[in-house]
Amino acid sequence: MLSTFLAVLRRDLLLAWRGRADVLVTLAFFVIVVCLFPFGVGAEPNQLRAIAPGVLWVAALLACLLSLHRLFAQDYSDGTLEQLLLSSEPAALWVTAKVLAFWLSTGLPVVAVAPGLALLLDLEQGALPVLVLSLALGTPILGLLGAVGAALTLGLRGGGMLLALLVLPLFVPVLIFGAGAVEAEMSGTGAAAHLLLLGGGLAGALALAPWACAAALRISTD
Amino acid sequence: MNAPERSRSLFRFAAPHNFYPLAGRLAPWFAAAALVLTLAGLWLGLFVAPTDATQGEVYRVIFIHVPAAWMSMFVYLMMAFWSGVGLVMNTRLSFIMSQALAPTGAMFCFVALWTGALWGKPTWGAYWVWDARLTSQLLLLFLYFGFIALTRAIEDPRRADRAGAIIALVGAVNVPIIYFSVQWWNTLHQGASVSVTKAPSMATTMLVGMLVMAIAAWMYTIAVVLWRARSMILERERHTEWVGAVLEREMQAKGGRA
Amino acid sequence: MLEAHDLACLKGDRLLFRELAFCLQAGDLLRVAGPNGVGKTSLLRLVTGLALPEAGEIRWQGASIRREREAFHRELLYLGHAPAINDLLSPLENLRFACAAAGDDSDEASCTRALERIGLADQLDLPSRVLSQGQRRRVGLARLFLSARRALWVLDEPFTALDVNAVADLAQALSEHCAGGGMVMLTTHQDAPFTRTPRVLDVGAYAC
Repeated sequence: MLSTFLAVLRRDLLLAWRGRADVLVTLAFFVIVVCLFPFGVGAEPNQLRAIAPGVLWVAALLACLLSLHRLFAQDYSDGTLEQLLLSSEPAALWVTAKVLAFWLSTGLPVVAVAPGLALLLDLEQGALPVLVLSLALGTPILGLLGAVGAALTLGLRGGGMLLALLVLPLFVPVLIFGAGAVEAEMSGTGAAAHLLLLGGGLAGALALAPWACAAALRISTD
Repeated sequence: MNAPERSRSLFRFAAPHNFYPLAGRLAPWFAAAALVLTLAGLWLGLFVAPTDATQGEVYRVIFIHVPAAWMSMFVYLMMAFWSGVGLVMNTRLSFIMSQALAPTGAMFCFVALWTGALWGKPTWGAYWVWDARLTSQLLLLFLYFGFIALTRAIEDPRRADRAGAIIALVGAVNVPIIYFSVQWWNTLHQGASVSVTKAPSMATTMLVGMLVMAIAAWMYTIAVVLWRARSMILERERHTEWVGAVLEREMQAKGGRA
Repeated sequence: MLEAHDLACLKGDRLLFRELAFCLQAGDLLRVAGPNGVGKTSLLRLVTGLALPEAGEIRWQGASIRREREAFHRELLYLGHAPAINDLLSPLENLRFACAAAGDDSDEASCTRALERIGLADQLDLPSRVLSQGQRRRVGLARLFLSARRALWVLDEPFTALDVNAVADLAQALSEHCAGGGMVMLTTHQDAPFTRTPRVLDVGAYAC
């Protein structure tokens, strides 16, 4: 059981490494979106500081969204997905491995560069650990929920926009608690409650989303 | 009637060709009930109910706003229910029901938002404030749009049915989470505002008027969903013999009248 | 034993075939025949459990494959139209992953032997994107040499893009699998030199 999980994880990480240009494009997108905001709302430091948590979170969310379609598309078109569905191991297991590999290759780099971008927006240094922690807890939830949407829209015309329409409303709670954690830290009320809720959300998504995603994959390959 | 017979008779109506004539017979009654109840509810709401002490005549929009908001949530729950039934029992009619419900639910959702905005302008001074209830309603509308767009985008009807069912269930699990998180967010960001449902001292006639309108919305939903399900059945089963026979009968009836 | 009863298959809103039934015993080689578009691939996908039949049931050793999916999939090897080869991985990496994903333990040495036997000794570590169509198909077929313990092989057009020698080689491998008590179900438009003439299931006879 563990060997299938590890095989899928290892393969997807290897593929991400060989196709690392995609990861760099995602990161560049994240950086550029954040850099657009000062041009849109003005470079007044107080204002930037106030909107920084929201801007960073929305940009991270969009970067995740834009790379989601990669999660199953290649495996779907080359037949690997059929073979995985014929595995005698539970599908939720290797779905989790795929999402984990996706997060390690897309979410983790975003989390890693976020503090640097936060400095561009003059976010308080004291809030940086909370920003990193909230992204580290929140982006895996985005990956898990997004995987269900990606599975349902496999092979559809205009699948990318449809995927956005399906999953963005579901992302709202993550955004609220993620950006809220940083704001709470800045305002001095403490981010513990937000972070705990994000952790709980991650546990819930980890328990439910792989099953929904596996069912969706079976439906999409029928 | 003993138990096995009863369940068999329920399953009999779950077959599209039995459901089709039944729905055709029932729908006009529900539509008539909806019309009568709407007129009664509007009369109660617009003429009988007293003018509100603080909000004046503006508050009368709740006779449409509140039933529409209730209905939009009920319809989503029913969609999720039929989706679950469809996935478990693999009955085509369940999926048809959940897809027939979606446009009506989205319509009520939109009506609730629209009337909320009209009510908001005189009450809050703005058409839109990010009030917790309105915001949740907006996200619910997006969930409806997602469901409708997904089921329309998939050409194979069986895949569309089951993919839609999954997203309806995922949405239903998330609706309480979204609602709770929006409420949490709202209390942090928003000052005190006039809450939509805390209309001070609800008079009995107001309550009765709202209930009548809510029942009217139910009747309307049932009638429209039955009709929509009927046309979906015809479209999907157009290659079968019984649909051919039905269409021929209807053509003859039309020819006879002409 | 694999049995199918009263199968009906719906594609879009068109019924491809109905009341299709067959039975596959140990040692049987079944060729699914019929003109293009009659539903041969759809039938194979129904048999693997990837697709749901509109009506009817498929049983493996007496149990419905929907109910006993994992037990059935342990015994099944399916090679579909798409060869499940990722361009960024080498043939060896692709084969090792295919085995691991299916739940077979295959070490590097046995995978290398399988690829050498199927004629890819020189391409073991090249990226798969430089392979020809026939070579790609061979990477997929190499799994046959590692999955002898899987009783039921379901192969969709396995001979496509293969040269004459490879066709003969593959036909022999399939015949051996059947001789050893395995079962093979395949579609093909080619005549292959099987040691025993395969049984034929004509899907066209059940078409709607």
